[in-house]
Amino acid sequence: MEIPYTVDPRPDTGVYNAKLGIWLFLASEVMLFGALFSSYVLLRVGAVSWPHGYEHLNIPLATVNTVVLISSSVTMVMAWASLATGSFRRYRIYMGSTVALACVFLVIKGFEYAAKFEHGLYPSESTFIAIYFTLTGLHALHIVGGIVVNSYLLGPGSAMWQTDPRRFTNRVEVAGLYWHFVDLVWIFLFPVLYLL
Amino acid sequence: MDTANAENVRKQVRVYVTVFAALMALTIITVTISTFHLDPPAAIAVALLIASVKASLVAAYFMHLISEKKLIYAALGLTAVFFLVLLFLPVSHFADRGL
Repeated sequence: MEIPYTVDPRPDTGVYNAKLGIWLFLASEVMLFGALFSSYVLLRVGAVSWPHGYEHLNIPLATVNTVVLISSSVTMVMAWASLATGSFRRYRIYMGSTVALACVFLVIKGFEYAAKFEHGLYPSESTFIAIYFTLTGLHALHIVGGIVVNSYLLGPGSAMWQTDPRRFTNRVEVAGLYWHFVDLVWIFLFPVLYLL
Repeated sequence: MDTANAENVRKQVRVYVTVFAALMALTIITVTISTFHLDPPAAIAVALLIASVKASLVAAYFMHLISEKKLIYAALGLTAVFFLVLLFLPVSHFADRGL
């Protein structure tokens, strides 16, 4: 059975099905991270004292990671734009860059976590460190998810470009929407945890 | 951008590069301001304002929300309402306790 509206917009919604699907998924993700941000506000406002992020966390590393993730968002949208303009060769370069930058982000995050553990800063240390690990850990899991999907679209999944290029372009757009959301979450995590 | 034609996308690429430069500049600005160690209310306001501008740029241009269909806007509007309720639930908790 053929899956309907994978390429053309569905007349009643105005978008292809996968696009509506990913936006509804992202809406649920907003509520997931929203619940944790809300918990952060509650804990911070209710605490007798709250440490400044810059006293415990490594701002230079986090700044580099911010640059890395924003760069990966640009390469992701350029990967989609390359397909939309018919250049599969450029797509591979940009998508490969996106996956590579995502891996760099995780490696830097790994160094950051290792430094915390070396100093005996485990989630049990304080409420601040606990919510730092919870929020950045959940975000890192989303990065891993993005790497898996983008690697598939870079490798075996890209065979669809030969058989159904418009559908493949839409797949990359949908993966891109997810990836930009992951970038968007980091844009708020960075100042909230590190700079305030 | 369902019916994206190649020419429109080529024009968009210039916009993506400009947005990228803006995001980098805003990152540098927010880190620089944080070194001034402003009072918490001012520091929170400035940091969240810059983050909101960055998030808006990503959502509008990279996620194409600047030219999306009404149904997507409706779904996101509903999400925003529930998100705000979730965010302000702690406020009601403190109001109940008279703090």
